[in-house]
Amino acid sequence: MKFLSFLFTSSIGRKLVMGATGLFLVSFLLVHCGINACVFVNDGGETFNAAADFMSENFFIRVAEIGLFLGLLWHVFQGLYLWLTNSKKRKAKYDKASGNENSKWYSRSMGLLGTLILIFLVLHLKHFWVVSRFTDHITSGDETLFQEMIEVFENPWVVLIYVLGCISLAYHLLHGFWSAFHTLGIDHKTYTPIIKSIGTAFSIVIPLIFALMPIAMHLGWIS
Amino acid sequence: MEKVLNINLKVWRQANPEVAGRFEEYKVETSPDSSFLEMFDVLNEQLINSGQEPVAFDHDCREGICGMCSMVINGRPHGPKKAVTTCQLHMRSFNDGDTVVVEPWRADAFPVIKDLTVNRSSFDKIIASGGYISVNTGNAVDANSMLIPKDDADTAFEAATCIGCGACVSACKNASAMLFVGAKVTQLATLPQGKAEREKRVVAMVNAMDAEGFGACSNTGACAAECPKGIPLSVIATLNKEYTKAKMKGF
Repeated sequence: MKFLSFLFTSSIGRKLVMGATGLFLVSFLLVHCGINACVFVNDGGETFNAAADFMSENFFIRVAEIGLFLGLLWHVFQGLYLWLTNSKKRKAKYDKASGNENSKWYSRSMGLLGTLILIFLVLHLKHFWVVSRFTDHITSGDETLFQEMIEVFENPWVVLIYVLGCISLAYHLLHGFWSAFHTLGIDHKTYTPIIKSIGTAFSIVIPLIFALMPIAMHLGWIS
Repeated sequence: MEKVLNINLKVWRQANPEVAGRFEEYKVETSPDSSFLEMFDVLNEQLINSGQEPVAFDHDCREGICGMCSMVINGRPHGPKKAVTTCQLHMRSFNDGDTVVVEPWRADAFPVIKDLTVNRSSFDKIIASGGYISVNTGNAVDANSMLIPKDDADTAFEAATCIGCGACVSACKNASAMLFVGAKVTQLATLPQGKAEREKRVVAMVNAMDAEGFGACSNTGACAAECPKGIPLSVIATLNKEYTKAKMKGF
Protein backbone atom coordinates (compact mmCIF):
# COMPACT_ATOMS: atom_id res chain seq x y z
CA MET A 1 0.00 0.00 0.00
CA LYS A 2 3.07 2.22 0.15
CA PHE A 3 2.40 3.45 -3.38
CA LEU A 4 -0.81 5.11 -2.11
CA SER A 5 1.09 7.26 0.39
CA PHE A 6 1.07 10.09 -2.18
CA LEU A 7 -2.59 10.67 -1.23
CA PHE A 8 -1.31 12.04 2.09
CA THR A 9 2.05 13.52 1.14
CA SER A 10 1.91 15.25 -2.26
CA SER A 11 -0.02 18.36 -3.26
CA ILE A 12 -1.77 16.58 -6.14
CA GLY A 13 -2.46 13.49 -4.00
CA ARG A 14 -4.17 15.59 -1.35
CA LYS A 15 -6.25 17.39 -3.96
CA LEU A 16 -7.22 14.03 -5.44
CA VAL A 17 -8.62 13.02 -2.06
CA MET A 18 -10.63 16.26 -1.91
CA GLY A 19 -12.12 15.62 -5.36
CA ALA A 20 -12.90 11.92 -4.82
CA THR A 21 -14.42 12.35 -1.34
CA GLY A 22 -16.25 15.44 -2.60
CA LEU A 23 -17.93 13.48 -5.40
CA PHE A 24 -18.77 10.71 -2.91
CA LEU A 25 -20.49 13.31 -0.70
CA VAL A 26 -22.33 14.66 -3.77
CA SER A 27 -23.79 11.16 -4.33
CA PHE A 28 -24.95 11.17 -0.70
CA LEU A 29 -26.61 14.58 -1.14
CA LEU A 30 -28.62 13.17 -4.03
CA VAL A 31 -29.96 10.26 -1.93
CA HIS A 32 -30.57 12.47 1.12
CA CYS A 33 -32.43 15.03 -0.98
CA GLY A 34 -34.52 12.35 -2.68
CA ILE A 35 -35.63 10.80 0.62
CA ASN A 36 -36.37 14.16 2.24
CA ALA A 37 -38.31 15.45 -0.76
CA CYS A 38 -40.96 12.86 0.26
CA VAL A 39 -42.20 15.44 2.80
CA PHE A 40 -43.53 17.49 -0.13
CA VAL A 41 -46.06 14.70 -0.83
CA ASN A 42 -47.83 16.43 2.08
CA ASP A 43 -49.59 13.29 3.37
CA GLY A 44 -48.83 13.98 7.01
CA GLY A 45 -45.38 12.44 6.64
CA GLU A 46 -46.53 8.92 5.75
CA THR A 47 -44.36 8.54 2.64
CA PHE A 48 -41.40 10.28 4.29
CA ASN A 49 -41.58 8.13 7.45
CA ALA A 50 -41.72 4.96 5.37
CA ALA A 51 -38.60 6.06 3.45
CA ALA A 52 -36.84 7.05 6.69
CA ASP A 53 -37.69 3.67 8.25
CA PHE A 54 -36.24 1.87 5.25
CA MET A 55 -33.02 3.89 5.53
CA SER A 56 -32.65 3.20 9.24
CA GLU A 57 -33.38 -0.54 9.02
CA ASN A 58 -31.56 -1.54 5.82
CA PHE A 59 -28.26 -3.31 6.56
CA PHE A 60 -26.47 -1.98 3.47
CA ILE A 61 -27.48 1.58 4.25
CA ARG A 62 -26.11 1.19 7.78
CA VAL A 63 -22.76 -0.03 6.42
CA ALA A 64 -22.72 2.80 3.87
CA GLU A 65 -23.31 5.25 6.73
CA ILE A 66 -19.93 4.29 8.23
CA GLY A 67 -18.31 4.90 4.84
CA LEU A 68 -20.10 8.22 4.61
CA PHE A 69 -18.75 9.43 7.94
CA LEU A 70 -15.23 8.29 7.06
CA GLY A 71 -15.47 10.09 3.71
CA LEU A 72 -16.84 13.21 5.36
CA LEU A 73 -14.10 13.28 8.01
CA TRP A 74 -11.39 12.72 5.38
CA HIS A 75 -12.83 15.56 3.26
CA VAL A 76 -13.05 17.87 6.30
CA PHE A 77 -9.60 17.23 7.75
CA GLN A 78 -7.76 17.13 4.41
CA GLY A 79 -9.61 20.33 3.44
CA LEU A 80 -8.70 22.13 6.64
CA TYR A 81 -5.09 20.99 6.29
CA LEU A 82 -4.90 22.27 2.69
CA TRP A 83 -6.56 25.55 3.65
CA LEU A 84 -4.05 26.06 6.45
CA THR A 85 -0.93 25.09 4.47
CA ASN A 86 -1.96 26.93 1.28
CA SER A 87 -2.56 30.13 3.23
CA LYS A 88 1.05 29.98 4.47
CA LYS A 89 2.59 29.98 0.98
CA ARG A 90 2.44 33.78 0.68
CA LYS A 91 3.42 35.42 3.95
CA ALA A 92 3.98 38.89 2.45
CA LYS A 93 0.51 39.88 1.18
CA TYR A 94 -0.34 42.15 -1.75
CA ASP A 95 -1.18 45.75 -0.93
CA LYS A 96 -3.77 45.86 -3.66
CA ALA A 97 -5.84 42.71 -4.15
CA SER A 98 -7.96 42.25 -7.26
CA GLY A 99 -9.04 38.61 -7.11
CA ASN A 100 -12.45 39.39 -8.61
CA GLU A 101 -10.75 40.35 -11.88
CA ASN A 102 -9.51 36.81 -12.47
CA SER A 103 -11.65 34.39 -10.46
CA LYS A 104 -14.97 33.91 -8.67
CA TRP A 105 -15.15 34.74 -4.94
CA TYR A 106 -16.67 31.37 -4.07
CA SER A 107 -13.85 29.48 -5.82
CA ARG A 108 -11.41 31.31 -3.54
CA SER A 109 -13.55 30.71 -0.43
CA MET A 110 -13.98 26.91 -0.41
CA GLY A 111 -12.36 26.60 3.03
CA LEU A 112 -14.64 29.23 4.53
CA LEU A 113 -17.79 27.86 2.83
CA GLY A 114 -16.85 24.34 3.92
CA THR A 115 -16.42 25.50 7.52
CA LEU A 116 -19.85 27.18 7.47
CA ILE A 117 -21.36 23.93 6.15
CA LEU A 118 -19.54 21.99 8.90
CA ILE A 119 -20.96 24.29 11.61
CA PHE A 120 -24.44 23.80 10.15
CA LEU A 121 -23.83 20.06 9.95
CA VAL A 122 -23.03 19.77 13.68
CA LEU A 123 -26.37 21.42 14.51
CA HIS A 124 -28.18 19.36 11.87
CA LEU A 125 -26.78 16.04 13.16
CA LYS A 126 -27.75 17.03 16.71
CA HIS A 127 -31.32 17.78 15.58
CA PHE A 128 -32.03 14.57 13.71
CA TRP A 129 -29.22 12.01 13.55
CA VAL A 130 -28.44 11.96 17.27
CA VAL A 131 -32.12 11.98 18.20
CA SER A 132 -33.06 9.10 15.89
CA ARG A 133 -29.94 6.94 16.44
CA PHE A 134 -28.92 7.49 20.04
CA THR A 135 -32.22 8.12 21.83
CA ASP A 136 -35.38 6.03 21.75
CA HIS A 137 -37.41 9.12 20.94
CA ILE A 138 -38.25 7.90 17.43
CA THR A 139 -37.82 4.11 17.78
CA SER A 140 -40.12 3.90 20.80
CA GLY A 141 -42.91 5.30 18.65
CA ASP A 142 -43.36 8.44 20.78
CA GLU A 143 -42.92 10.54 17.69
CA THR A 144 -42.17 10.05 13.99
CA LEU A 145 -39.17 11.69 12.30
CA PHE A 146 -41.65 13.85 10.40
CA GLN A 147 -43.16 15.18 13.66
CA GLU A 148 -39.63 15.82 14.94
CA MET A 149 -38.94 17.93 11.82
CA ILE A 150 -42.13 19.96 12.29
CA GLU A 151 -41.12 20.60 15.93
CA VAL A 152 -37.52 21.59 15.18
CA PHE A 153 -38.54 23.99 12.43
CA GLU A 154 -40.98 25.88 14.65
CA ASN A 155 -37.98 27.93 15.77
CA PRO A 156 -37.34 30.74 13.22
CA TRP A 157 -33.62 30.93 14.16
CA VAL A 158 -33.17 27.25 13.28
CA VAL A 159 -34.88 27.88 9.93
CA LEU A 160 -32.54 30.81 9.28
CA ILE A 161 -29.42 28.75 10.09
CA TYR A 162 -30.65 25.91 7.83
CA VAL A 163 -31.24 28.33 4.95
CA LEU A 164 -27.79 29.90 5.42
CA GLY A 165 -26.31 26.39 5.53
CA CYS A 166 -28.00 25.59 2.21
CA ILE A 167 -26.69 28.81 0.63
CA SER A 168 -23.14 27.92 1.74
CA LEU A 169 -23.65 24.46 0.28
CA ALA A 170 -24.87 25.93 -3.02
CA TYR A 171 -21.74 28.07 -3.49
CA HIS A 172 -19.46 25.27 -2.27
CA LEU A 173 -20.96 22.97 -4.92
CA LEU A 174 -20.93 25.65 -7.63
CA HIS A 175 -17.13 25.49 -7.60
CA GLY A 176 -16.64 22.03 -6.07
CA PHE A 177 -18.70 19.91 -8.46
CA TRP A 178 -16.77 20.85 -11.60
CA SER A 179 -13.50 21.29 -9.72
CA ALA A 180 -13.63 17.68 -8.45
CA PHE A 181 -13.73 16.33 -12.01
CA HIS A 182 -10.89 18.65 -13.04
CA THR A 183 -8.77 17.48 -10.10
CA LEU A 184 -9.42 13.86 -11.08
CA GLY A 185 -7.82 14.72 -14.42
CA ILE A 186 -10.98 14.96 -16.51
CA ASP A 187 -10.85 17.74 -19.06
CA HIS A 188 -12.58 17.16 -22.35
CA LYS A 189 -13.86 19.57 -24.97
CA THR A 190 -17.27 17.85 -25.12
CA TYR A 191 -17.76 16.44 -21.62
CA THR A 192 -16.35 19.28 -19.48
CA PRO A 193 -19.00 21.83 -20.57
CA ILE A 194 -21.67 19.17 -19.83
CA ILE A 195 -20.15 18.49 -16.39
CA LYS A 196 -20.12 22.25 -15.70
CA SER A 197 -23.79 22.60 -16.68
CA ILE A 198 -24.84 19.60 -14.57
CA GLY A 199 -22.77 21.03 -11.69
CA THR A 200 -24.49 24.41 -11.90
CA ALA A 201 -27.96 22.81 -12.03
CA PHE A 202 -27.08 20.48 -9.13
CA SER A 203 -25.75 23.37 -6.99
CA ILE A 204 -28.99 25.31 -7.44
CA VAL A 205 -31.65 22.57 -7.36
CA ILE A 206 -30.41 20.38 -4.48
CA PRO A 207 -29.77 23.17 -1.91
CA LEU A 208 -33.04 24.81 -2.98
CA ILE A 209 -35.04 21.62 -2.25
CA PHE A 210 -33.22 21.28 1.09
CA ALA A 211 -33.89 24.92 2.02
CA LEU A 212 -37.57 24.66 1.10
CA MET A 213 -38.19 21.98 3.77
CA PRO A 214 -37.61 24.11 6.89
CA ILE A 215 -39.28 27.11 5.19
CA ALA A 216 -42.36 25.10 4.15
CA MET A 217 -42.68 23.48 7.57
CA HIS A 218 -42.20 26.74 9.44
CA LEU A 219 -44.82 28.52 7.36
CA GLY A 220 -47.23 25.59 7.70
CA TRP A 221 -47.30 24.70 3.99
CA ILE A 222 -46.62 21.14 5.07
CA SER A 223 -48.25 19.67 8.15
CA MET B 1 1.25 69.24 -28.80
CA GLU B 2 1.80 65.61 -27.94
CA LYS B 3 -0.41 64.25 -25.24
CA VAL B 4 1.26 63.73 -21.87
CA LEU B 5 0.05 61.52 -19.02
CA ASN B 6 0.77 62.40 -15.40
CA ILE B 7 1.00 59.16 -13.44
CA ASN B 8 1.26 58.84 -9.66
CA LEU B 9 3.27 55.74 -8.88
CA LYS B 10 3.26 53.81 -5.63
CA VAL B 11 6.24 51.47 -5.92
CA TRP B 12 7.52 48.74 -3.58
CA ARG B 13 11.09 49.54 -2.48
CA GLN B 14 13.18 46.98 -0.62
CA ALA B 15 16.98 47.29 -0.46
CA ASN B 16 17.64 43.55 -0.02
CA PRO B 17 15.93 40.32 1.10
CA GLU B 18 16.87 40.85 4.75
CA VAL B 19 15.34 44.28 5.38
CA ALA B 20 11.67 45.25 5.50
CA GLY B 21 10.31 46.99 2.39
CA ARG B 22 7.91 49.91 2.04
CA PHE B 23 5.98 51.80 -0.63
CA GLU B 24 7.42 55.03 -2.10
CA GLU B 25 5.39 57.50 -4.11
CA TYR B 26 6.68 59.09 -7.32
CA LYS B 27 5.26 61.33 -10.05
CA VAL B 28 6.12 60.56 -13.69
CA GLU B 29 5.25 62.41 -16.90
CA THR B 30 4.96 59.94 -19.75
CA SER B 31 3.76 59.57 -23.33
CA PRO B 32 0.70 57.33 -23.89
CA ASP B 33 2.82 55.52 -26.51
CA SER B 34 5.45 54.60 -23.95
CA SER B 35 5.53 51.03 -22.65
CA PHE B 36 5.18 50.42 -18.92
CA LEU B 37 8.89 49.60 -18.65
CA GLU B 38 9.89 52.71 -20.66
CA MET B 39 7.86 54.71 -18.16
CA PHE B 40 9.98 53.06 -15.43
CA ASP B 41 13.15 53.98 -17.40
CA VAL B 42 12.01 57.62 -17.27
CA LEU B 43 11.36 57.30 -13.53
CA ASN B 44 14.82 55.80 -12.98
CA GLU B 45 16.49 58.64 -14.93
CA GLN B 46 14.67 61.11 -12.70
CA LEU B 47 15.85 59.20 -9.60
CA ILE B 48 19.48 58.98 -10.82
CA ASN B 49 19.53 62.69 -11.76
CA SER B 50 18.35 63.62 -8.29
CA GLY B 51 20.95 61.36 -6.66
CA GLN B 52 18.54 58.62 -5.55
CA GLU B 53 18.71 54.85 -5.96
CA PRO B 54 16.89 53.70 -9.16
CA VAL B 55 14.12 51.08 -8.89
CA ALA B 56 15.39 47.57 -9.61
CA PHE B 57 13.10 45.61 -11.95
CA ASP B 58 13.57 42.56 -14.18
CA HIS B 59 13.43 42.94 -17.97
CA ASP B 60 15.25 41.52 -20.97
CA CYS B 61 13.74 41.13 -24.45
CA ARG B 62 10.98 43.75 -24.03
CA GLU B 63 8.99 42.03 -26.77
CA GLY B 64 6.92 39.67 -24.64
CA ILE B 65 8.79 36.42 -25.16
CA CYS B 66 11.51 36.09 -22.51
CA GLY B 67 9.39 35.99 -19.35
CA MET B 68 11.69 38.25 -17.31
CA CYS B 69 9.39 41.21 -16.60
CA SER B 70 7.39 40.64 -13.48
CA MET B 71 5.35 43.44 -11.99
CA VAL B 72 2.03 43.27 -10.19
CA ILE B 73 0.26 46.39 -11.44
CA ASN B 74 -2.81 47.49 -9.48
CA GLY B 75 -3.10 43.98 -8.07
CA ARG B 76 -2.84 42.23 -11.47
CA PRO B 77 0.27 40.35 -12.65
CA HIS B 78 1.44 42.06 -15.88
CA GLY B 79 -1.28 44.70 -15.47
CA PRO B 80 -4.90 45.02 -16.52
CA LYS B 81 -4.71 43.75 -20.13
CA LYS B 82 -5.39 40.15 -21.10
CA ALA B 83 -2.55 38.01 -22.52
CA VAL B 84 0.04 40.80 -22.33
CA THR B 85 3.38 40.95 -20.51
CA THR B 86 4.40 44.06 -18.53
CA CYS B 87 6.84 45.09 -21.28
CA GLN B 88 4.05 45.00 -23.89
CA LEU B 89 1.65 46.99 -21.73
CA HIS B 90 1.40 50.60 -22.87
CA MET B 91 0.63 53.74 -20.91
CA ARG B 92 -2.44 54.39 -23.11
CA SER B 93 -4.11 51.73 -20.93
CA PHE B 94 -4.04 54.30 -18.10
CA ASN B 95 -5.61 57.73 -17.65
CA ASP B 96 -4.03 61.08 -16.85
CA GLY B 97 -3.80 61.46 -13.05
CA ASP B 98 -4.11 57.71 -12.28
CA THR B 99 -2.44 56.29 -9.20
CA VAL B 100 -0.75 53.01 -10.11
CA VAL B 101 0.41 50.55 -7.43
CA VAL B 102 3.40 48.43 -8.49
CA GLU B 103 4.45 45.41 -6.41
CA PRO B 104 6.77 42.44 -6.98
CA TRP B 105 5.51 38.84 -7.48
CA ARG B 106 4.50 37.75 -3.98
CA ALA B 107 5.09 34.12 -2.98
CA ASP B 108 7.34 32.50 -0.39
CA ALA B 109 8.86 30.46 -3.25
CA PHE B 110 9.77 33.75 -5.04
CA PRO B 111 11.67 35.78 -2.40
CA VAL B 112 12.30 39.46 -3.18
CA ILE B 113 15.92 40.17 -4.20
CA LYS B 114 15.57 43.95 -4.48
CA ASP B 115 12.60 46.27 -5.08
CA LEU B 116 10.56 44.61 -7.85
CA THR B 117 12.97 41.78 -8.69
CA VAL B 118 12.27 38.34 -7.24
CA ASN B 119 14.29 35.14 -7.22
CA ARG B 120 12.58 32.66 -9.54
CA SER B 121 15.26 29.93 -9.38
CA SER B 122 12.61 27.66 -7.82
CA PHE B 123 11.22 27.38 -11.37
CA ASP B 124 14.69 26.43 -12.65
CA LYS B 125 14.91 23.69 -10.02
CA ILE B 126 11.55 22.26 -11.16
CA ILE B 127 12.78 22.19 -14.78
CA ALA B 128 16.11 20.68 -13.73
CA SER B 129 14.25 17.87 -11.95
CA GLY B 130 12.81 16.53 -15.21
CA GLY B 131 11.46 19.18 -17.57
CA TYR B 132 13.50 17.94 -20.52
CA ILE B 133 14.13 14.92 -22.74
CA SER B 134 17.28 13.00 -21.84
CA VAL B 135 18.00 11.42 -25.21
CA ASN B 136 20.35 12.45 -27.96
CA THR B 137 17.97 13.39 -30.72
CA GLY B 138 20.64 13.35 -33.44
CA ASN B 139 19.98 14.96 -36.79
CA ALA B 140 16.52 16.20 -37.75
CA VAL B 141 14.61 13.26 -39.24
CA ASP B 142 12.17 13.40 -42.12
CA ALA B 143 8.99 15.13 -40.93
CA ASN B 144 6.79 12.26 -42.12
CA SER B 145 8.73 9.51 -40.35
CA MET B 146 7.12 10.35 -37.01
CA LEU B 147 3.41 10.97 -37.40
CA ILE B 148 1.89 13.37 -34.88
CA PRO B 149 -1.84 14.16 -35.06
CA LYS B 150 -2.56 17.86 -35.63
CA ASP B 151 -4.56 18.10 -32.38
CA ASP B 152 -1.61 16.75 -30.36
CA ALA B 153 0.82 19.10 -32.08
CA ASP B 154 -1.48 22.05 -31.32
CA THR B 155 -1.92 21.04 -27.65
CA ALA B 156 1.84 20.64 -27.21
CA PHE B 157 2.59 23.92 -28.96
CA GLU B 158 0.02 25.83 -26.94
CA ALA B 159 1.57 24.50 -23.70
CA ALA B 160 5.07 25.23 -25.02
CA THR B 161 4.30 28.93 -25.34
CA CYS B 162 4.75 29.21 -21.54
CA ILE B 163 7.57 31.69 -20.93
CA GLY B 164 8.01 30.71 -17.27
CA CYS B 165 7.44 34.24 -15.96
CA GLY B 166 5.61 33.13 -12.81
CA ALA B 167 2.48 35.29 -13.22
CA CYS B 168 0.43 32.13 -12.48
CA VAL B 169 2.08 31.78 -9.06
CA SER B 170 1.71 35.47 -8.30
CA ALA B 171 -2.01 35.44 -9.20
CA CYS B 172 -2.89 32.23 -7.32
CA LYS B 173 -4.28 32.60 -3.81
CA ASN B 174 -2.33 29.45 -2.89
CA ALA B 175 0.88 30.56 -4.69
CA SER B 176 0.60 27.30 -6.65
CA ALA B 177 2.90 26.57 -9.59
CA MET B 178 0.63 23.97 -11.19
CA LEU B 179 -0.12 25.97 -14.36
CA PHE B 180 3.63 26.25 -15.03
CA VAL B 181 4.36 22.58 -14.22
CA GLY B 182 1.17 21.53 -16.06
CA ALA B 183 2.30 23.39 -19.18
CA LYS B 184 5.73 21.71 -19.18
CA VAL B 185 4.32 18.24 -18.47
CA THR B 186 1.58 18.62 -21.11
CA GLN B 187 4.04 19.84 -23.74
CA LEU B 188 6.39 16.89 -23.24
CA ALA B 189 3.86 14.12 -22.54
CA THR B 190 1.83 14.94 -25.67
CA LEU B 191 4.70 14.38 -28.11
CA PRO B 192 6.34 11.02 -28.92
CA GLN B 193 9.83 12.20 -27.92
CA GLY B 194 8.63 13.06 -24.40
CA LYS B 195 6.37 10.07 -23.84
CA ALA B 196 9.23 7.67 -23.03
CA GLU B 197 10.01 9.39 -19.72
CA ARG B 198 6.56 10.77 -18.90
CA GLU B 199 6.01 8.93 -15.57
CA LYS B 200 9.47 9.57 -14.17
CA ARG B 201 9.29 13.20 -15.27
CA VAL B 202 5.90 14.11 -13.80
CA VAL B 203 6.67 12.56 -10.40
CA ALA B 204 10.08 14.29 -10.20
CA MET B 205 8.64 17.66 -11.24
CA VAL B 206 5.72 17.50 -8.77
CA ASN B 207 8.13 16.48 -5.97
CA ALA B 208 10.38 19.43 -6.84
CA MET B 209 7.35 21.77 -6.99
CA ASP B 210 6.22 20.68 -3.51
CA ALA B 211 9.76 20.91 -2.11
CA GLU B 212 10.17 24.48 -3.39
CA GLY B 213 7.21 25.60 -1.28
CA PHE B 214 4.46 26.22 -3.82
CA GLY B 215 0.86 25.66 -2.73
CA ALA B 216 -1.72 23.15 -3.93
CA CYS B 217 -4.14 24.04 -6.74
CA SER B 218 -7.79 24.74 -5.92
CA ASN B 219 -8.92 25.34 -9.53
CA THR B 220 -9.88 29.02 -9.08
CA GLY B 221 -8.62 29.69 -12.61
CA ALA B 222 -6.83 32.92 -11.62
CA CYS B 223 -3.55 31.60 -13.10
CA ALA B 224 -4.97 30.97 -16.58
CA ALA B 225 -6.87 34.28 -16.52
CA GLU B 226 -3.66 36.23 -15.78
CA CYS B 227 -1.24 34.17 -17.93
CA PRO B 228 0.33 36.48 -20.55
CA LYS B 229 0.52 33.55 -22.97
CA GLY B 230 -3.03 32.28 -22.38
CA ILE B 231 -1.99 28.82 -21.14
CA PRO B 232 -5.34 27.06 -20.50
CA LEU B 233 -6.36 25.65 -17.11
CA SER B 234 -6.76 22.25 -18.82
CA VAL B 235 -2.98 21.68 -18.52
CA ILE B 236 -3.56 21.26 -14.76
CA ALA B 237 -6.10 18.48 -15.43
CA THR B 238 -3.49 16.85 -17.67
CA LEU B 239 -0.89 17.22 -14.91
CA ASN B 240 -3.26 15.61 -12.37
CA LYS B 241 -3.97 12.75 -14.76
CA GLU B 242 -0.31 12.17 -15.67
CA TYR B 243 0.76 12.27 -12.02
CA THR B 244 -1.99 9.93 -10.78
CA LYS B 245 -1.35 7.43 -13.58
CA ALA B 246 2.40 7.45 -12.85
CA LYS B 247 1.78 6.96 -9.13
CA MET B 248 -0.61 4.06 -9.76
CA LYS B 249 2.13 2.44 -11.88
CA GLY B 250 4.44 2.66 -8.87
CA PHE B 251 6.71 5.55 -9.94
